[in-house]
Amino acid sequence: MIKVDGIHKSFGKVRAVQGVSFDAPDGKITGLLGPNGAGKSTTLRVLYTVLKPDEGSASIDGADVVTDSLSARQKIGALPHSAGLYPHLTARENVAYYANLCGIDKSEVDDRVASIIRLLEIEEFADRRTKGFSQGQRTKVSLARALVHDPQNVILDEPTNGLDVMATRSLRRLILKLKDAGRCVLFSSHVMQEVAALCDDICIIANGQVAIDGSVEGIRERTGQSDLEEAFVTAIQMVGDE
Amino acid sequence: MRTFLTVFLKELLDNIRDRRTLASALLMGPIFGPVLFAVVINMSIDRALDDAESIMELPVIGQEYAPNLMRFLESRNIDIVAGPEDAGGAAQAVKNGLHDVVLVVPENFGEQLADTVPARVELYSDEANSQGEKEGRRARSALRAYNQQLASIRLSARGVNPLLLRPINIDEVDVSTPSGRSAMLLGMMSYFFIFALLMGGMYLAIDTTAGERERGSLEPLLSLPVTRGQLILGKIMAACVFMAASLILSLLSFYVVLEFMPLEQLGMTPNFGLPVVAAAFFLLLPFILLGASLMTLVASFTKSYKEAQTWLSVVLIAPTLPILVVSILTPRPKLEFMFVPSLSQHLILVDMVKNEPLNGLHVAISVCSTLVFGAILTWVCARLYQREGLLG
Repeated sequence: MIKVDGIHKSFGKVRAVQGVSFDAPDGKITGLLGPNGAGKSTTLRVLYTVLKPDEGSASIDGADVVTDSLSARQKIGALPHSAGLYPHLTARENVAYYANLCGIDKSEVDDRVASIIRLLEIEEFADRRTKGFSQGQRTKVSLARALVHDPQNVILDEPTNGLDVMATRSLRRLILKLKDAGRCVLFSSHVMQEVAALCDDICIIANGQVAIDGSVEGIRERTGQSDLEEAFVTAIQMVGDE
Repeated sequence: MRTFLTVFLKELLDNIRDRRTLASALLMGPIFGPVLFAVVINMSIDRALDDAESIMELPVIGQEYAPNLMRFLESRNIDIVAGPEDAGGAAQAVKNGLHDVVLVVPENFGEQLADTVPARVELYSDEANSQGEKEGRRARSALRAYNQQLASIRLSARGVNPLLLRPINIDEVDVSTPSGRSAMLLGMMSYFFIFALLMGGMYLAIDTTAGERERGSLEPLLSLPVTRGQLILGKIMAACVFMAASLILSLLSFYVVLEFMPLEQLGMTPNFGLPVVAAAFFLLLPFILLGASLMTLVASFTKSYKEAQTWLSVVLIAPTLPILVVSILTPRPKLEFMFVPSLSQHLILVDMVKNEPLNGLHVAISVCSTLVFGAILTWVCARLYQREGLLG
C-alpha cells in the first residue's frame, strides 16, 4: 500500500511536482499516466527515496519515505527509468548482488535468484555477461533484480519503454501475476493503451499536478468521454485551464 | 557489515573482469615507472662510461711533426686517425659534422718546441653540439696533460723542482656514500610508487560515482534497503585493494630492475633489498586510503565518466608537487614535513634508500597524519554520497 500526500518537489526554478496525492492499494495495479515532463518520474523517485520531497509526505506500508526511508526501501522493489546493469557481471550475478544487498539469508540466495530467473523467463541468457544485452533482456534482468527480495510494493518507471510487442506482453503477464499475488503495483507510462489494458486505477498527472484520479470507469464518467484517450486529453486540459 | 562485504566483493569481481581497470592497475603503473627509470639510468651510465674509458678517435693533420705527442695521446685511449687535407678542410669537416674534433699540428711544431717558444697546435671543435663539446673537452684535457708533462721535464732539466708549479694541492673528499649518491637519482622512485598506486584505483574511483551514474545503475542501487555509507565504504575499500596490488607490483618491478642495473658503475649501491621493499609497502599503505578517497571525492563532483577521467589525471599529478619542490630545494627532512602526505613518504623513502637510520617519530607522524587525512576524506565522500545531486 502506497500513500502519497500532497508532495511538492522543485529543482531550482523548475517546479516538477506541485501537490500530488494518490493511494495505490494492495492487490491492484495503479497507473501513473501523463505526458512527458509531467512529474511522473519525480513522484516515483520520491517514493523509492532517492529524492526528498520539499513538502508533503509519502509512505510505503506505513513507513515514511523521509523519516523511515530504510524500512520504506525494504518494502519496495523499484525499476527506475532506464536502469542499468553491471556489464561485467552475468545476469545471474547482477540479480544475486541485489539479493545479497537486500539481506536475503545467505543459504537462500541461490534458490531465490534461480526462482526469480525462472519467473521472468531469463534462464536462457542468465549466465551470460550483460554487456551487449538487448533492451528487452536488460529490462527483464533489472526487473528480476528489483523483485528478488519479494517486495510487497512494486514501483516501475516506464517499464515498457523500448520493448517490442512480445517483451511488452510478457511484462504485462508478469504485472498481472504480481497483482494476483496481492501486491501493490504502481507503474508510470505515457502510453494510454497500455495503462487502459492493465490498470485498475489511474492517476493522470499533468504539469506536476493530479488532473484526475480514479478507476477506469470513474474517469470515463467524470470526463464524459467513453474513449479513454479522449478522457486523457480532456483531463489534461482541465489542469491547463485552472 | 554484510552490505559492506557484498559491495566490496562485487566491486573486486567486476573490476577484475574489466580489462581497462586491470591494465591500468596491474600494468600501466607498475611497468611505466621502472621502464622509464631503466632508460634514464642506462643513459647516464653510458655517458659516465664514455668520458674516461671508451676509445675516442681523433683525426690529426700533421701527425709526422709530433710523434711524441701522438704516442702520449694514444696512451690516453685516443686513437689517432688521418684527418682532412688541410686546416680549411678540418674546419669544414667539423662544421659538416663529419668529425667532432680535428687537431692540426703545424709543420714548425718541433722547431718551436726546440726553441722553447710556445708551440702552436689548433683544435677544431663545434661547441654547440654536445657530442663535439664532450670530445673537445677530452682532447683539450689530454693536450693540457701533455703540456704539464713537458713543463715538468723542462724545469727538471734546469734543476728546478717542478713542484714549484703547484703551490696548492687540492684533495677533494666526497663524504657521500654510494647509497647516498643513489638517493639523488632514486628520489624519483617514490613518485612512481605513488603514481602506480593511484593508477591502480583510478577506474574504480570513477566507477563508484560517475560510472554508476552514467550506466544508470546508481539509482536502482540507491533504492535498495542499505545505507549509502556502507555502499561507499565497500567501494573505497575495493579501490584500496587494487591500489595495494598495484603498489606491490611496482615495488617488486623496481626491485627487479635495480637488481639488473649496473648501478655500481655510477658509484651507487641503493639500499633496496626485499626488507626495504616490504618497509616501503607499509610506509605507503596509509597513502592508499587517502588516494582512494581523494579520487572518489573528485569523481563524485564530475558529471560524466570522461570528465572524471580528466579531473583524476590532475589528481595523479598533485602528489608530485611537494616532491618536486623538495627535489629542487633539497632540504633536510624536518618534523613539520612529516605532516604532509606524499612529501613525508618521499623523504622517509629517500632516507631508507640512503641506508640512513630511520627516525621513528617521523615515520609515526607520517603514518598517522596520512591516515587522518584519508579518514577525513572518506567521511566527506560518505557525506557527499547522501546528496540528491549525486544522481545528476
